Amino acid sequence: MDFSYSKTEELFLQMIRSFAENEVKPLAAEVDEQERFPMETVKKMAKLGLMGIPVPKEYGGAGGNNQMYIMAVEELSRVCATTGVILSAHTSLCMAPIMENGTEEQKQKYLPKLASGEWIGAFGLTEPNAGTDAAMQQTMAVDAGDHWILNGSKIFITNAAYADVFIVMAMTDKSKGVKGISAFIVEKGFPGFSIGKKEAKMGIRGSATCELIFENCIVPKENLLGVMGKGFNIAMKTLDGGRIGIASQALGIAQGAMDETVKYTKERKQFGHSIASFQNTQFQLADLETKINAARFLVRNAAWKKDNQLPYTKDAAMAKLFAAETAMEMTTKAVQFHGGYGYTREYPVERMMRDAKITEIYEGTSEVQRMVIAGHLLK
Amino acid sequence: MNIIVCIKQVPDTTEIKIDPVKGTLIREGVPSIMNPDDKGGLELALRMKDMYGANVTVITMGPPQADLILREALAMGADRAILLTDRKFAGADTLATSYALAGAIKTMDYDLIIAGRQAIDGDTAQVGPEMAEHLGLPQVSYVVDAQLTDHHSLMVKKEDEECVQTLEVEGKCVLTVLASAYQARYMSVSGIMEAYSREVEIWTADKIEVEEEKLGLKGSPTKVFRSYPKALKTPGELHEVSEEEAVELIVSKLKEKHII
Repeated sequence: MDFSYSKTEELFLQMIRSFAENEVKPLAAEVDEQERFPMETVKKMAKLGLMGIPVPKEYGGAGGNNQMYIMAVEELSRVCATTGVILSAHTSLCMAPIMENGTEEQKQKYLPKLASGEWIGAFGLTEPNAGTDAAMQQTMAVDAGDHWILNGSKIFITNAAYADVFIVMAMTDKSKGVKGISAFIVEKGFPGFSIGKKEAKMGIRGSATCELIFENCIVPKENLLGVMGKGFNIAMKTLDGGRIGIASQALGIAQGAMDETVKYTKERKQFGHSIASFQNTQFQLADLETKINAARFLVRNAAWKKDNQLPYTKDAAMAKLFAAETAMEMTTKAVQFHGGYGYTREYPVERMMRDAKITEIYEGTSEVQRMVIAGHLLK
Repeated sequence: MNIIVCIKQVPDTTEIKIDPVKGTLIREGVPSIMNPDDKGGLELALRMKDMYGANVTVITMGPPQADLILREALAMGADRAILLTDRKFAGADTLATSYALAGAIKTMDYDLIIAGRQAIDGDTAQVGPEMAEHLGLPQVSYVVDAQLTDHHSLMVKKEDEECVQTLEVEGKCVLTVLASAYQARYMSVSGIMEAYSREVEIWTADKIEVEEEKLGLKGSPTKVFRSYPKALKTPGELHEVSEEEAVELIVSKLKEKHII
């Protein structure tokens, strides 16, 4: 496997870095402070084609690959984890399952508007009583002849308040357990569908995380995604891909905290020397730099396998587990290196530490990643 | 409408290091970028493309690695890219550079030529104006705004330290542009995806209308006597005082340094 960037990827990196630095970074503190969804940034990303990186050209995308997509999530998250997850949920959790499971009509209807960024995508699996135990779905979908009727609710849905298209899991046959779950494409305006309460969160505070409510929601017959009863498989496969996105987000947060720490430890003087000259600083930063690079190789390996149609479930789980734990460790230590200043909102590491925590939780907790990895190892 | 934009690859740094023996810039380890004023010029051309449907050609003279900024220009929206590269161009000063660029442009069909005001590695601001002279064209330098009029002339605003002038130019001309006036767009993802599958035309000295002895080092009357980085000035002092106190303060400082 070759991890060097192609010339096209180099050009892309140049663009996304400068976009993140000039357009995203200046808003990061404000987006966090005001819990504001950065719609202006999403519009700018849409204009550049960033909302449809891995979508084929025939469906209105840029025709890029997953390497480029994860580079974008990493570079955005390096300066603003909220912006990183908006792109990740939109791409991995909404467009990818339509690309992978949709009928030609569904792809033609949804992908061009999602890839152009005219529409924003989201994904609904988690319920109040179905978190890690996702098979315990209580949202029901009943066949009503020429349409489906959905009842139930979903929680912690990223992008929800601003999304136009949702991939929603619901039980079509409760007696069959996980084999009774099906996936649906739900549009914002469907009758009986509404957005519930917005969560007040520790981190990624600009991402609009809300509840989805289905009260006799009418979903057209043709909006069943994939085969009936295969919804759980679709959800699990979607999360495999999503984990590469979240691993990239975690990697970006870790790299961002490292950037800040390198700068700060070189500037900050105590006992007449920069704190970067102390061996404690040097050894800790050396360990963290090694972990960040190891995380990057794991993430790129998972994306490379996905791009080459190789199995990547375990690779994505390993990438997410390691990158998320690295992000948490890096940001916690970044705050420590900044001392009292690090605990204030004057420096971005405080926000980064709050943002990092979610990467150990959503799209499968670190414990779930360990279950997935062990499951592959011991099967 | 055909617009030609002249661009240059420059080291991305404001802290230029100079080889003490050769007196040339040390480029190793310094990433290269498209010169900011040139990028501003490209942005002006692309805005004209957006508004009037102009066809935008970018041209650069440089070593083969200057291909990178041409790919960037294509990804930003340029229609055609030309790399003027030949050992015969090596060692060119501004006169020989502008002569070679003009020689290439003479073979092309165009309505307008845009260049950056100056490059951050040389800061001469000479290549654009010299090129206009070689081509016998009118020129407006330090451009901050250019609009096409109903009768196909250009209304151009130029700005320097002393004044702002609005000029009307008819027919072909050369504009040199300030980066500060034209916030350049980003490359688009689809532009990036196509950039390396599109053609960058390679032009050598025999492809253009030039006399060989006027090219490169041979054609360069400028001889660099010595190059050295400027010594850093001591940091300034900031005093927030009234006007009267300021006068007294300045006088006392000047006396202190025996200037008055």
